[in-house]
Amino acid sequence: MDLTLSDEQRLLRESADRFVAETFKSEHRKKTANDPLGYSPAIWKQFAELGWLALPISEAHGGLGGGAIEIGLLMEAFGRGLVSEPFLSTVVVGAALVAECGTEAQQQAILPKVAEGALTLAFAHSERAARFDLGHVDTTATKTGDGWRLNGSKIAVLDGASASQIIVSARVANANGASGKLGLFLMPAGTPGLTLRDYARLGGGRGCNLDLRDVQLPADALLGDGKDALPAIETVVDRAMAALGAEAVGIMQTLLDTTLEYTKIRKQFGRPLSANQVIRHRLADVAMQVDEARSMALRAALMANAEPMARSRAASGAKAKIGKCARFVAEQAVQLHGAMGVTEELDIGAYFKRLLAFDTLFGSSAHHYRRHAALSGRAHA
Amino acid sequence: MDLTFSAEERAFEKEVRDYIAESLTPEMKRATALTPSVFSDPDIGMAWQRALHAKGWGAPGWPVDHGGPDWTPAQRWIFEAECARAGVPNVNVMGVKMVGPVIIGFGSPEQKNFYLPRILSGEDYWCQGYSEPGSGSDLSSLKTRAVRDGDDYIINGTKIWTTHAHHANRMFALVRTNDGERQQDGISFILIDMKTPGITTRPILTIGGDHEVNQVFFDDVRVPVANRVGEEGKGWTYGKYLLEFERGSGIASAKLREALKTISDLAGSEITGRAIEDPDIAIRMSEVEVDIDALEMTELRVLSALQTGQNPGAVSSLIKLRVSEIRQAVTRLGVDVIGQDGLAVEPARPFYRLNHEPAIPEELLPVVPEYLNGRAYTIFGGSSEIQRDIIAKMVLGL
Repeated sequence: MDLTLSDEQRLLRESADRFVAETFKSEHRKKTANDPLGYSPAIWKQFAELGWLALPISEAHGGLGGGAIEIGLLMEAFGRGLVSEPFLSTVVVGAALVAECGTEAQQQAILPKVAEGALTLAFAHSERAARFDLGHVDTTATKTGDGWRLNGSKIAVLDGASASQIIVSARVANANGASGKLGLFLMPAGTPGLTLRDYARLGGGRGCNLDLRDVQLPADALLGDGKDALPAIETVVDRAMAALGAEAVGIMQTLLDTTLEYTKIRKQFGRPLSANQVIRHRLADVAMQVDEARSMALRAALMANAEPMARSRAASGAKAKIGKCARFVAEQAVQLHGAMGVTEELDIGAYFKRLLAFDTLFGSSAHHYRRHAALSGRAHA
Repeated sequence: MDLTFSAEERAFEKEVRDYIAESLTPEMKRATALTPSVFSDPDIGMAWQRALHAKGWGAPGWPVDHGGPDWTPAQRWIFEAECARAGVPNVNVMGVKMVGPVIIGFGSPEQKNFYLPRILSGEDYWCQGYSEPGSGSDLSSLKTRAVRDGDDYIINGTKIWTTHAHHANRMFALVRTNDGERQQDGISFILIDMKTPGITTRPILTIGGDHEVNQVFFDDVRVPVANRVGEEGKGWTYGKYLLEFERGSGIASAKLREALKTISDLAGSEITGRAIEDPDIAIRMSEVEVDIDALEMTELRVLSALQTGQNPGAVSSLIKLRVSEIRQAVTRLGVDVIGQDGLAVEPARPFYRLNHEPAIPEELLPVVPEYLNGRAYTIFGGSSEIQRDIIAKMVLGL
């Protein structure tokens, strides 16, 4: 039992905190908000040079073999700076899906390029009718003479427009045409039949919705050997939720720090806001929820490699709890900044919006409490 | 970073589990499960204290030269977790966890030699004389006065909310020996024999129907000056030290997990008509469980810091607040789980020694009293409002 950081982990945290503080200032964020790419390729290159893109990739594929704790350290720092680089899409989700499902040849073709910053990925999985049910996929993949034909629609594809390759989930039609297992397909950017509606994402970065109409992909676009991909998707999404939880902690900590400063400086009725007990107690509650969120993100990271049931319960518990804390912290930060909190003139709003996005990504707090209850055998949620 | 315990720690865990299995009697276990107040009755609690003392585990937090077992923080964690899992009685924490550390830290050699062995063995049963009718959360405004008369103090005044004063043979109390510039000055820390003439005790029934707390009156009670711990007028410092022990005496998550499991088992059983099938109950149960997960992780973070010789810092002051709130959430859930059977009031005590068949199944008896008595969790030991004041000042630097 040891929850202290190793020397390497401490160095990673220090360098991430320093880099984020120096690079991701308010002006930078305002500039990238209107950027069609949503992030800076020059910074992405620096991420690669720092070794961050190689962090969770196995050493056999040009990576550093790091785990959920190291990812969490980076993500927390990213949260503090509202980083919009496609780290989650490419490294935490995309590369992990390739590592979980891909053949050795597919891993060799993709992972080293991710590690060196030469290739970005996105994951197109959610569908409108599915709400947050990971197993609900209506998009189909039909075997053709020399490959696959994909049809369907996807929503909330993070960083899809800038990705070199999009990993699309689809239900693989079996020999009689009936729907069967889930498959994951590598689809290069600009593939004919793909319509992509790109948007500026709430809280920073880009997202998009996809329509796939008779999209033709080669036979080796299917990741792996045809095994059902749902367990791998659940594994990767559970770990992504732990990573996002750490990012949310960074965002919440920044909101707390900023709000503390503001309430000390802002004077009303001849004294600082922070002299009022009602404000002090509210801030105590905010601090407590930030700390609880920190514990839950750490817990989910420590359980990232546990057996599936324990891992999923930890991930859902973390997503549910952190989501609840995030909404509270975000809303209180705005409230305590008064009217200024609802303007674009302060950074508060951007952090608020990123937390709102966090709560809905991969399932809301309410969804994950239901999932936790169902996984615990409590309800047929 | 990892959450697993070492092979030695696993072996220790087994030793604790085995010892509990052989020494915790079914009577103790049943009595503990059927006790709806915070503390076990002394006959149960002290029997367990004697069992622990026989093994050398009577005071886990004490230094080894005073009879502590010299455990690492991880061993203490394991011990507390195993005790919670097994459902052992509460021992007299006012002795082991409160006055003991103060005597060790500030007492004279004579006081150490006399009192500490009697706490370990369970010979002495302690109560805490802190609050007064006019001094609740504002503890240092206390007015019970000790006036010097030769080698004695003569004490007059009253203490209230005194847990188990009706069982205790000793009390540690904060009394005013001087009027200082600040109200924290002039307070002394005194050890009182409860059989001293002039002490009377009035029972106070809590809303759950339990007699756990009392008001204690002092009329010209003569206590030797030798019973003062540390310096005259420095009692506030010692008392605060103890309150920090009281707040931080927590490895609470394991106990809360067991309390939730009890409610969860009831909810899954025919006794409650399978309350768990109500989706609202199911989801709230997950909410509470997740809150316990977060608390446990926070406790482990503190433990890990202690283990590596670091200061856990301000995070420990957040724990008392969460523990009390989660405890109340568990008891509230319990009331909702048992539904209309909660209407049946059983006034007789203790539940584990009733002379009649209760109107509802025995295991449902403590549920409503636990909820009602449990309202005190956010009040005693510094109310939640005081805790938030402390967090604002000490954690947030406001």
